[in-house]
Amino acid sequence: MPPILELRGITKRFPGVLANDHIDLTLNQGEIHALLGENGAGKTTLMNVLYGLYHPDEGEIMVRDKPIRITSPRDAIAQGIGMVHQHFMLIPVFTVTENVMLGDESITNGVVLDRKKVAGEIRELSTKYGLEVNPTLYIKDISVGIQQRVEIIKLLYRKADILILDEPTAVLTPQEADDLFQVLRNLKARGNSIIFITHKLREVLALADRITVLRLGKVVGSTEPKNTNSAELARMMVGRSVILSVDKEAAKPKDVVLNVQNLVVRDERHSIAINDVSFQVRAGEVLGIAGVQGNGQTELAQALTGLRHVESGRVTVLGHETTHATPRQLFELDVAHVPEDRQQDGLVMSFPVEDNLVLNEYYRPPFAKGIVLNFDEIEKAAAERVREFDVRTPSIFVKTANLSGGNQQKVIVAREFTGPIKLLIASQPTRGLDVGSIEYIHKRIVEKRDAGAAVLLVSNELDEIMSLSDRIAVMYKGQIIDTVNAAETTKEALGLLMAGVHGDGKTPALQPQTPEQKAETHHQ
Amino acid sequence: MIGMVATSVMRKASDLAQQQRWIVGGVIVVVGLLCVWFFGFQAPADAVSKYRFSGGGDPIQLPTLELPTATTNLILSLLLIAFGIYHLVRGLKNSAVLFGVVAFLLLAIFLTWSIRGASLNMTGLLESTLIRSIPFLLGALSGIMCERSGIINIAIEGMMLTAAFVSVIVGAFTDNLWLGLAAGVVSGALIAGVHAVFSIRFKVDQIISGTVINIFAVGMTNFLNLRWLTVNQELNDSGTFAKVPIPILSQIPVLGTILFNQIVLVYVALLLMFFVNFLLFQTRWGLRTRAVGEHPKAADTLGVDVFKIRYINVIFAGMLAALGGAFLTLGSVGRFDKLMTNGRGFIALAAMIFGNWNPFGAFGASLLFGFMDSLQLKLQILTSVIPSEFLLMAPYLATMVVLAGVVGRVRPPAAEGVPYEKQ
Repeated sequence: MPPILELRGITKRFPGVLANDHIDLTLNQGEIHALLGENGAGKTTLMNVLYGLYHPDEGEIMVRDKPIRITSPRDAIAQGIGMVHQHFMLIPVFTVTENVMLGDESITNGVVLDRKKVAGEIRELSTKYGLEVNPTLYIKDISVGIQQRVEIIKLLYRKADILILDEPTAVLTPQEADDLFQVLRNLKARGNSIIFITHKLREVLALADRITVLRLGKVVGSTEPKNTNSAELARMMVGRSVILSVDKEAAKPKDVVLNVQNLVVRDERHSIAINDVSFQVRAGEVLGIAGVQGNGQTELAQALTGLRHVESGRVTVLGHETTHATPRQLFELDVAHVPEDRQQDGLVMSFPVEDNLVLNEYYRPPFAKGIVLNFDEIEKAAAERVREFDVRTPSIFVKTANLSGGNQQKVIVAREFTGPIKLLIASQPTRGLDVGSIEYIHKRIVEKRDAGAAVLLVSNELDEIMSLSDRIAVMYKGQIIDTVNAAETTKEALGLLMAGVHGDGKTPALQPQTPEQKAETHHQ
Repeated sequence: MIGMVATSVMRKASDLAQQQRWIVGGVIVVVGLLCVWFFGFQAPADAVSKYRFSGGGDPIQLPTLELPTATTNLILSLLLIAFGIYHLVRGLKNSAVLFGVVAFLLLAIFLTWSIRGASLNMTGLLESTLIRSIPFLLGALSGIMCERSGIINIAIEGMMLTAAFVSVIVGAFTDNLWLGLAAGVVSGALIAGVHAVFSIRFKVDQIISGTVINIFAVGMTNFLNLRWLTVNQELNDSGTFAKVPIPILSQIPVLGTILFNQIVLVYVALLLMFFVNFLLFQTRWGLRTRAVGEHPKAADTLGVDVFKIRYINVIFAGMLAALGGAFLTLGSVGRFDKLMTNGRGFIALAAMIFGNWNPFGAFGASLLFGFMDSLQLKLQILTSVIPSEFLLMAPYLATMVVLAGVVGRVRPPAAEGVPYEKQ
């Protein structure tokens, strides 16, 4: 049987980058084909070409043995190709039904939207594929896991039988991911063909029928799960052997550095994002904060680094009161911060690299004298830091926006890790970075720990949390549901905690209220 | 422990709400007491305020409402105080009701006091309210169509002014009001087309593009008016549309005069309000328009042509605003005066925001502004106590109060003002 989809010599150039270099790929009917590669390897670009969002510079696309031209998503949909994007393409203020029907609406009486009919079709698809959703709910009111189901239903509603899923598990707990895998196997069994994009080796080996590995825009090779293993796949992805686990000795915790007591913080919409959180981080240990995205981790890091107002509670660093401290006051206390969104909060993208390298201490000697900056000193320090932290940049005068994501992150690390830091708060320190950069940044974090810094690590990557942390606190709905010893826990146990299921099987693990408090709550 | 902190946080929030309630309720009571003193006891004891509901020629005559000024105001003020106390004690959840009741009572008190010893034609006041609200409504509908697709339309004022100008000249030149109206609508579409090309194709900041259009419209119409219309006076006299009473319905007392004895443009505007509402929420085009205004990329990935939808919506919006502009000339005075829109495009924008980008809500706000506008005219005639310059401010003051009260309660389309870029 000929392949249902074939890409031949797809090439896509962006200014200065060859994102896809003569890529060949075939997808057979009824198979799950994993597209594996690091961030920046060109996976998403390739799929955007296939979906008509980018136009290839060279190459040919064959669907069901016929060459076709795809110039817009509309063409792709017409060919039965559907895509679940990494960032969901859902409209929060629309209902599930409206999101599903958009672009392919059912109409009655000539002009009126037929919401009822589409809702019925959604219910049918739901039961057929085990994708339970309520079509009348608004997207803003449903969880990320269910939103993903809506995305898949969108494709099925359009009768797509070639499904592309771009990093679908990034926002899911391990258990939700397993559910998704079951749905995908279900879809496969009914004859759909699936391209599954990921950089997670575990998923590839668990799910795929065939694997194609991309590196730097080229196909490195194709294989099948039974003929390979994690180490080999990692080597194909990166191009050299990688140490998948972080080498570190047992922690030797000393004095308490960061002490958080009964912290309460609100989010942008003024609802409580952090609800009475208390914990301590000691010198020489890494405390990892795990949790599904959106359970208060972001707000926690922001509150502790002076970027978000603390509603109540108390925070101290080495005994100094820092509950309402500004970022500069924290810097003066030797607190380093790697922010979650490096382009938004970590760097001034239009500044040259050298300025970003001293952005935290430009105001004091030797970089400034009074109100005048000393550019010679800044240049000297910047050059030194670029060398020490291996920032790959043509010069220190280049605009930071022109650096790759990994090198931008290294600029932040170079800035924050210089000097005697006592507390490091790192939020998603390796998000979107290639394996090489991840390895490097992990090594640096462990170095800082061993040098006696207290480290608070917030990350959505469970692998990262597990390999770097000495203790792991799991956040669920704004509270720390449990804190476990990293050496003694398993991924499954953490996954359950992330879903709000406590170790003893009870949900959720909030402490019981006294009758008096209950009465008060009731009174509200 | 956890529960305690959580409840204490909640208590803080409710403390704040209670504090706010006390302040608002207290202010209402104090204002009510002032009303008792000034509009009640200071009013001449024997004065009578007359509210008329029928014109001289109406086939069915309704009785005139004759109220003793002082007593009426005392009662209304006491009602206001009672309402304030009720809010203090029990608390009203719905701020729209709160605002509505207080505004109604205050207006009634003020109006009764203003017409002491005279009479006010209520039907006339309400009729002129509707007529004066039409330009606001059309401008607001223009804003809604445009902004629901994600393009900010601050150029309503300029579109209205241009269309007012063009429609008079073409109407006078061809001696055909309908041709004048058509020409006005085309001019609005053209100006909107410029805004669309700037905002969509060249990704100019939409506020700046709109401001440029407003400045251009002011400059151009002023120049042409001065250099050309003042020397060719015959071109600045188009005449106006005649009223078209709807058979039978126009005979209904009060309501018939207000609603069913108007020029065609009024009926058209009201029908357009229903049409826009239907279009936005019940049709394919509306769903796609709102999708493009909320999350254009999502719409794009489903095969919706973001640019096409935005272009068509912006141009349609220009035509709606143009109708509002033409209404000011062809619909009421039949001649163009410089700067005659006088900020109405911006008030329409406020009506759009107050109505939360919904046609019916915007109409409600338009009526409010229209009422203030016609009220100040009436009061200028009826009372000499308040300088007319202050009365002229009434619609604008109402706009400011309304906008201040509405902040944070309405939600603009999420992608508004952000140019869409395909990769």
